[in-house]
Amino acid sequence: MSALMLSETVTPKRQPLMRATGVSKSYGETIGCLDVSFTLNPGEVIGIVGESGSGKSTLLNVLSAQLSPDIGTVEYDLRHKGMSDIFRLSEPDRRRLMRTDWGIVHQNPRDGLRMDVSAGGNVGERLMAIGARHYGEIRAEGLDWLAKVELNASRVDDKPRTFSGGMQQRLQIARNLVTRPRLIFMDEPTGGLDVSVQARLLDLLRGLVRELGIAAIVVTHDLAVVRLLADRLMVMRHGRVVEEGLTDQVLDDPHHPYTQLLVSSVLQV
Amino acid sequence: MKSMISVSALSKEFVLHTQGGARIPVFDRLDLEVAAGECVCLHGPSGAGKSTLLRSLYANYKPSSGHVRVVHGKDVVELGSAEPWQVIEVRRRSVGYVSQFLRVIPRVPALEVVAEPARLAGVPDAEAERRARTLLDRLNIPQRLWGLAPATFSGGEQQRVNVARGFALDYPILLLDEPTASLDAANRQVVVALINEAKARGAAIVGIFHDAEVREAVADRLFEVTAYRRDAA
Repeated sequence: MSALMLSETVTPKRQPLMRATGVSKSYGETIGCLDVSFTLNPGEVIGIVGESGSGKSTLLNVLSAQLSPDIGTVEYDLRHKGMSDIFRLSEPDRRRLMRTDWGIVHQNPRDGLRMDVSAGGNVGERLMAIGARHYGEIRAEGLDWLAKVELNASRVDDKPRTFSGGMQQRLQIARNLVTRPRLIFMDEPTGGLDVSVQARLLDLLRGLVRELGIAAIVVTHDLAVVRLLADRLMVMRHGRVVEEGLTDQVLDDPHHPYTQLLVSSVLQV
Repeated sequence: MKSMISVSALSKEFVLHTQGGARIPVFDRLDLEVAAGECVCLHGPSGAGKSTLLRSLYANYKPSSGHVRVVHGKDVVELGSAEPWQVIEVRRRSVGYVSQFLRVIPRVPALEVVAEPARLAGVPDAEAERRARTLLDRLNIPQRLWGLAPATFSGGEQQRVNVARGFALDYPILLLDEPTASLDAANRQVVVALINEAKARGAAIVGIFHDAEVREAVADRLFEVTAYRRDAA
């Protein structure tokens, strides 16, 4: 038997990182999302797919505490308190959670970056928000992260508005990951980017998420994105989750009529 | 010998909702046991359901009914009812799968593609890479290609990278979907040697091999998938 053969496998007990139960949110007569429940484990990447108006962005906004649900709960494993309903936290506690343990990567980098602050500042600001004070260390960490997202160190003092869309998106990712969050939310992370730039960004995200063991919830309409990034998939339509499971299982053996339509509508290249 | 895969009363039927709800029954109440150190060749004409069965053993396809049990460390996991994270763990450590085609990941170099499964299973980087180099070398992938992403490789080269990836970790269970399809005779022999080495260390192997020579060199028995058609006697 070679040394590589792992003869013992201990089934680890899983303590969930986040649990959503019966989450619904509507806007007057218009349904956002309806009765969504799931459990996210640490280090797990969940993809949420569906056409525009399916409720996936509403769901993401609720899960990331940017929007309150009408009914239902979202619990998160707080570092010192365990599973807690995020909408019952005090405002300062929720802000601290969002700033330290979470990251939010917006579709439009302008929503997630400070355009009038240098690239290095955008990253360093996050570190200062969690208590870093040593200028040299903040700058070093900032440069390290620019390198990780493949931005040239010579651009550290430039403002993001002088960057291309792909560079801005990578900077936004650095800004979000520098505090080592346990969970990141991503809304169409490759939306609006050239295909060649998308591939680079996806590969980068894939590497970082695996290397750091970060859990992620990724909303996209692009099935190729979830195929590459997500362990699990939820397919949404008219506000409801119509199918969920392992990503490759849902994409290769879809059962719900809508999922079948979605998968069969993708042009093969 | 110890049973590593146990399939019982497995049925699979596809329902195509986009095509008027057409039903395509593939197999019905299929049973299969595969022991450690054994290589079972799925047999039958094109469309018999060989790939469907192989994919069901990897939980890539979901059974309509029945069970697929695989040995996972000290546990036995039933793939149909397992949580997604459990299936991911089973795939990470216990069940390897070589698909017909390499799913290319943009920008990731061949060496990294091959070393990745071992690294994800917790093998130290240096050891995973050493193993990847050995496999790429045995499969005659020129060293100048190792640092390049396989997207631009020829079909045969991509398939050999895929095979190397599948053998990068000593999985207790290996599923092989036509691993020699686009390979020349010399490389077919390398794959035959890899399979026989895996058998010798006790791996349970299920494969689809169209090439008669390869089949004879590796298979201990043939398994006729068509015997489990609903219309079969």
